[in-house]
Amino acid sequence: MTADQQMAAEIKAATAETPEAEARLSKSRVWAILLPLIGTAVLLAAWALIKYINDWNAFILPSPIDVVETIIDEWDLLLSNTWVTIFETVVGFLLAIVIGVPIGIALAYWWVFDRMFSPILFGFNAIPKIAIAPLLVIWMGFGVLPKIVMAVLLCFFPIVLSMAAGIKSTPEELRELVRSLEASSVQAFLKVRLPAALPHLFVGLKLAISLAVIGAVIGEFVGATEGLGYLIVVSGGTADTSLAFAALVFLAVISIILYYLLVALENWLVSWDQETG
Amino acid sequence: MIELHNVSKTFHSKKGSVEALRNINLTVDEGEFITLVGRSGCGKTTLLRLIAGLLQPTAGQLSVSGQKVAKPRRDVAVMFQRPALLPWRTVLENLMLPVEVIGAKKSEYLGRAEELLDTTSLTGFEDALPRELSGGMQQRVSLCRSLITDPDVLLMDEPFASLDALTREELSSELQRICLDQQKTVVFVTHSIDEAVLLADRAVVLSPRPGQIKQIVDVDVPKPRSLGHSDHTERLAEIGAELRDLLFEPAEARP
Ligand SMILES: Nc1ncnc2c1ncn2[C@@H]1O[C@H](COP(=O)(O)OP(=O)(O)OP(=O)(O)O)[C@@H](O)[C@H]1O
Ligand SMILES: [Mg+2]
Repeated sequence: MTADQQMAAEIKAATAETPEAEARLSKSRVWAILLPLIGTAVLLAAWALIKYINDWNAFILPSPIDVVETIIDEWDLLLSNTWVTIFETVVGFLLAIVIGVPIGIALAYWWVFDRMFSPILFGFNAIPKIAIAPLLVIWMGFGVLPKIVMAVLLCFFPIVLSMAAGIKSTPEELRELVRSLEASSVQAFLKVRLPAALPHLFVGLKLAISLAVIGAVIGEFVGATEGLGYLIVVSGGTADTSLAFAALVFLAVISIILYYLLVALENWLVSWDQETG
Repeated sequence: MIELHNVSKTFHSKKGSVEALRNINLTVDEGEFITLVGRSGCGKTTLLRLIAGLLQPTAGQLSVSGQKVAKPRRDVAVMFQRPALLPWRTVLENLMLPVEVIGAKKSEYLGRAEELLDTTSLTGFEDALPRELSGGMQQRVSLCRSLITDPDVLLMDEPFASLDALTREELSSELQRICLDQQKTVVFVTHSIDEAVLLADRAVVLSPRPGQIKQIVDVDVPKPRSLGHSDHTERLAEIGAELRDLLFEPAEARP
């Protein structure tokens, strides 16, 4: 079948209304790429149209083309600030893993620890972290440190919870197996409980990475001299709305890339948990 | 090999206590194949877990090879009703788990692993993940795993219960062959009377609430046996009928 024929067949399938046709359609690769593109194009057109109808100035709402132009013109500025935000996010995320994973494990293993610290953890999680941001500036100044801390604060909780849930969810049959083999608790942990917990942990990590980006940006909003969040604040001050939009685009791209890096890591580490085919 | 003297087990919980086993006396000789039959809830699993050292008795003494059972031991392997394979490990890696746990060199056990996989018709699946196997194949991997470190005693809790009748028969005869070859002492829990008769040197019938030994039936038929055509089909059927009567006899009939 030539590509054209295939395309024709797919379009025909798209117009058919049987469930099988629908299934075939949703599986097709071409459509998997084409449909999101069409959706995006529709939204961009709507955006441009709204601006045009209302006859808004670029500083109220830039058109998509304005934003693209700004991205090209200010590429170096955007990129250098992007690296700052990526650095804060990734360091914060890794720190949160380093702190959160052991705490999650301890919560799952020792009920005393759980009883002692769970209420405080939950209470702390209930605080809107953005309220702490000014305090962090007072304590740590305007450098990258308060941003990293903010990223840690935001993404640490889901990591702790997912790790604890993962360790607790070791299937009973595997626990019994480990006991019957007379494995040491270190062996049991490394060979069974930790690997069994990984799928749960990744649920938390995928949530955490987006939160880490948000944390870094909140930190940059409050007091910073660089970073995409800082760029947005500054462009607000100078009414350079296109630049703010361009920074937003970069932020979204960072989030998406980091998320899919995690997904790739997950597919590699936890491939046994996914269905085949 | 395995000795139980007046073993009793009562479970205590908030809702009250359940007397699962009362005064169990049983001696299993080396190389003997014991099957445990009884209705659901009569304490078969509990008895097996006691022998395995996974549970402590409320009263009485248990010993394996002359030593009191205080915790799980390495010369006793347990095979559970479900395969309990590690889903992230390949078949071969799953087989090697007990080897890793005892801290032995894996390379020394590769030959034995291949041999076991061959006996259970799993050659070629070394690198498959458990989810790529059928239930019966998974259960065979589990059987291989319990045999890899060459334990003296094999405790099996309805290992074939979730399998279809054909696979079950096939695995039963594989197990029979392995145990004859390797002289294992086996305690095998089953719901199936056919399986109990086919495999056992002696079949222990448990009666429920509280679990007690009702009778021990000798299966005086030479091994290996098969359910199908053989000179002993009749005798096996007879013993099966005896077990069935014992299992269905009302409890009040006893003092
Ligand atoms: N951990 C436990 N806590 C409390 N009661 C238990 C526990 N384990 C078993 N029991 C009780 O002990 C009795 C015997 O249970 P057991 O699991 O040994 O039965 P079984 O003969 O293996 O049954 P089945 O054939 O259904 O597997 C049951 O009444 C059960 O409720
Ligand atoms: Mg049972």
